[in-house]
Amino acid sequence: MSTVDRLSVLKTYKLFVGGKFPRSESGRVYEVTDAKGAWLANAPLSSRKDARDAVVAARKVFGPWSGATAYNRGQILYRVAEMLEGRREQFAAEVAAADGVSAKKAAARVDAAIDRWVWYAGWSDKVAQVAGAANPVAGPYFNLSTPEPTGVVAVLAPTDSAFLGLVSVIAPAIVTGNTVVVVASERAPLPALSLGEVLATSDLPGGVVNILSGRAAELGPPLAAHQDVNAIDLAGVAGELAVELERAAADNLKRVLRPQPGDTAKGDHWLADPGTERMLSLLETKTVWHPMGV
Amino acid sequence: MRTLRYRIEKVRRFTGVTGRYARRYARLVTMPTTVPAYGDEAARRLASLADVTASDGALRRFLHGLPGVDAVGLDARAATLGTRSIKTSAKAYAIDLAISMVDLTTLEGADTPGKVRALGTKGVRPGDGAPPVAAICVYPDMVATARQAVAGSGVKVASVATAFPAGRAALPVKLADTRDAVAAGADEIDMVIDRGAFLSGRYMEVFEEIRAVKEACARPAGASSSDAAHLKVIFETGELQTYDNVRRASWLAMLAGADFIKTSTGKVAVNATPPVTLLMLEAVRDFHATTGVQVGVKPAGGIRTTKDAVKYLVMVNETLGERWLSADWFRFGASSLLNDLLMQRQKLSTGRYSGPDYVTVD
Amino acid sequence: MAFDYAPAPESRAVVDIAPSYGLFIDGEFQEAADGRVFKTVAPASEEVLSEVAHASEADVDRAVRAARRAFGPWSALPGTERAKYLFRIARIIQERSRELAVLESLDNGKPIRESRDTDLPLTAAHFFYYAGWADKLSHAGFGPNPRPLGVAGQIIPWNFPLMMLAWKIAPALATGNTVVLKPAETTPLSALFFADVCRQAGLPRGVVNILTGDGSTGAALVAHPDVNKVAFTGSTEVGRQIARTVAGTDKRLTLELGGKAANIVFDDAPIDQAVEGVVNGIFFNQGHVCCAGSRLLVQESVADELLDALKRRMATLRVGDPLDKNTDVGAINSAEQLARITALAEAGEAEGAERWAPACDLPSTGYWFAPTLFTGVTQAHRIAREEIFGPVLSVLTFRTPAEAVEKANNTPYGLSAGIWTEKGSRSLWMASKLRAGIVWSNTFNKFDPTSPFGGYKESGYGREGGRHGLEAYLAPAGPQGDRAGTTSPEGDR
Repeated sequence: MSTVDRLSVLKTYKLFVGGKFPRSESGRVYEVTDAKGAWLANAPLSSRKDARDAVVAARKVFGPWSGATAYNRGQILYRVAEMLEGRREQFAAEVAAADGVSAKKAAARVDAAIDRWVWYAGWSDKVAQVAGAANPVAGPYFNLSTPEPTGVVAVLAPTDSAFLGLVSVIAPAIVTGNTVVVVASERAPLPALSLGEVLATSDLPGGVVNILSGRAAELGPPLAAHQDVNAIDLAGVAGELAVELERAAADNLKRVLRPQPGDTAKGDHWLADPGTERMLSLLETKTVWHPMGV
Repeated sequence: MRTLRYRIEKVRRFTGVTGRYARRYARLVTMPTTVPAYGDEAARRLASLADVTASDGALRRFLHGLPGVDAVGLDARAATLGTRSIKTSAKAYAIDLAISMVDLTTLEGADTPGKVRALGTKGVRPGDGAPPVAAICVYPDMVATARQAVAGSGVKVASVATAFPAGRAALPVKLADTRDAVAAGADEIDMVIDRGAFLSGRYMEVFEEIRAVKEACARPAGASSSDAAHLKVIFETGELQTYDNVRRASWLAMLAGADFIKTSTGKVAVNATPPVTLLMLEAVRDFHATTGVQVGVKPAGGIRTTKDAVKYLVMVNETLGERWLSADWFRFGASSLLNDLLMQRQKLSTGRYSGPDYVTVD
Repeated sequence: MAFDYAPAPESRAVVDIAPSYGLFIDGEFQEAADGRVFKTVAPASEEVLSEVAHASEADVDRAVRAARRAFGPWSALPGTERAKYLFRIARIIQERSRELAVLESLDNGKPIRESRDTDLPLTAAHFFYYAGWADKLSHAGFGPNPRPLGVAGQIIPWNFPLMMLAWKIAPALATGNTVVLKPAETTPLSALFFADVCRQAGLPRGVVNILTGDGSTGAALVAHPDVNKVAFTGSTEVGRQIARTVAGTDKRLTLELGGKAANIVFDDAPIDQAVEGVVNGIFFNQGHVCCAGSRLLVQESVADELLDALKRRMATLRVGDPLDKNTDVGAINSAEQLARITALAEAGEAEGAERWAPACDLPSTGYWFAPTLFTGVTQAHRIAREEIFGPVLSVLTFRTPAEAVEKANNTPYGLSAGIWTEKGSRSLWMASKLRAGIVWSNTFNKFDPTSPFGGYKESGYGREGGRHGLEAYLAPAGPQGDRAGTTSPEGDR
């Protein structure tokens, strides 16, 4: 009796927009390969219109998400970690292929990514106490400054840390109530698209995170110029494109997180302690005055 | 929102008044002309608001439906008006106007007929061509003496009454006190409200008491109602604790027929202040807009300098305007203020600073 | 006889204005390299006050180099020493506040009451506040040893010349940066007088440099390659240009731009104070205020009552000589600004809104615009959308709190907002819904050095004032709070 190797079931990778898994409206896909050039899957090649739809989804849920209690947001981020923990092996395999690292290194990156969700989950109900202030004004007024999310954030995810880098830019944005449109690593989008499947089962309201695969050079400009996007994180772009996007972002005075050296570097840059900088950079400070008198 | 609407609707249903705030029903009860708070026309207009005072509940809902007062904002507005710089010709005008508005007051247990006569003489002729003051303000037992001292001058005699300053006596005693002063020739009665009743929310009791005192101000037999002594109602704002209470007390007194509303007795720690007075001016303005009835305002106690007095006149000018800038509608309850006004007046006319030896010590 | 206030002018004699001023570079007044000058006039009279040097690119370069030379020693000073310089400056400003207030009113056209009671006290307070931070930066929440950025290029507007100078210079110096500051073209004098305050305080040369000039001077400063930090307060349009210019550089940027604030009055508002707040919101400083409450949103049920009261109150505003202590509304800052206000007001009429202004005699010389309100305005009117930056109020109505929020937020700006209600829970609910950096509840146009100020959306990014105001002048903390590198700025906000 001869045994026939079982033919594996391949996954059709799809975008994650508004809590749903659409194909690109353009109908385009592109080939994704591992570091050695072996075919892994086809990924949707998102278009400007996909970016537009993603912004609409992100805007729609901004009110409810930013209005949710910090405790609730914290629990949902923690839930993401819980869901990921159960799929460590799947992500380790995807990361190994995507980042071109050993299984051991890939596992370490997945673990760090899970721990990063936990780290940010805990920040949800603490950031206002760290970034807010009671201001002792010289007059009979009660005066409080509180941080609020900036709004819809376009994120160009790190290119060479397809999962840990991605989590490191999404989590600090959404934990405070922002919603995001993420352009995944062009070269290695599969862990990002898989993350969408995890987010969809983590009680995260649809639209809080929208994940597009495709070309940064194609999706960046419409997002940077989009009048209904409030901030842009350029972690995954460099050189002329970064300058072009920052310039376009000036049109509606988007907050711009410039790429830092290392953001796009290979290696273990994203394993470092993330600090609070990125989270604080996507907050507005609102100061409320009220008189005190009988 | 619902609560608020509910409240307004309730006031409407219970009182027949179509809005919670004067300006709103001013549109329905349009009063073409201005009248003083005494006389038959005023009585008719106040009667048209009888629904507001028809019951304890209606009155309470009305007073609590008045717009709130933000204390910090009121203080700030009064302070800003206090920065007006009144110089030269404007200052001369203001000083003489202020002198003409002084209720020259002595309310001491140690008052003597001699002191009251001296005060009367000074009030009639403050000296150096200064105008006479508005009134001499005394205790009831000094009214006759004061009456003689100012006879024929046009200077009025005002008497405190109703168990001044605490107001702690039975109503019949207060009314007897009032009738006594009126019979002795008082032109004006400065009554105190029962702060205890007001602060405990017994508004109708306060309302009825003011009405009763107003009736007691009438001259005996034959005199027309316009000859009645004019009634100033003292709130003792220093004891009312909140500006909201001051606005409510103002409306309450005006609804009850007060000719003047007055801040203080001068006998407690906190007397007239610019913000309290500004608030009362605003209440008078709104009451006038609603009813066409013009009511006067009298800050009393603690106003000692020309500078202070001018600040009050600025408030009157910029809140109520010219129509209130006479002794008929604004008074200062004060004793030492007159001397400072006279000294400043001398300074203005001679260019020299004056000194206390050049004015009479009371 | 009416109570007419006699003129009560503040004496001009307290301030000596020189016939001409140079650029303040490296501790000395210097002529512009190309000798170019321009005149500054009193907007109330069109009288020429002085002639000041116009800085060109070469002068900008000189000033930046002076600031760079000064940066090393200044940033190396112990915080306590920098603090003492700033305390000195605060005290000297207090001492000379009469002189500076008169100067400010002359050059800007604002009422002396405001320059005396608002601008100058807040200017001194700002220096006093940031002075105290200079030796406490390690405790400010930006890491254990936060580092300054270097040379700050700062550009300020003409509406609060000295106060804006303080908002820029005080935090910059406290954190150890050095400064090249360009005051607005129409109001250079108080900044030039500030140079003299620096002299009296013994501030080391080059720490503060003042360059007078027009937009081209500002553009050169922004573009200078050795500037590490750009701080700008002014129009959104210029802010956009600046953001484009610094794109792709390492320069940090903060922007305080325009606004179109809604001042929202509910039917349970403390009505007399709301009227004062509305008046203060739009007529303070002739409406030349980025956070002015230029849109009045009034609940329908109280609209007539409020408008009557507002008109009555507007009729008592005293418009005229800025130096008269009783003036409430002064002169429009420039002919150019007057033309813009006039054009927008005409657009309001042309688009069908109803215009009202109290009778008031405006002086025959100088630039004047009567306090004006428009009723019957909708969200679609230009006067409800564009920043007028003048004493013009657009009145809109609403029925429900949700509608008020929607209308208030329906603007590309997000600087400030006002709420008037006696109901605490509604006030807080509204405050949380309004997308604006400053929300005044039952008050308006209040400022304090401890209170962060700055906008959402197209009103700019970054905060001035308070602990938050330090951030714009400190290098970002890397992982583990390491702030060693100044070359890797992350995005500003």
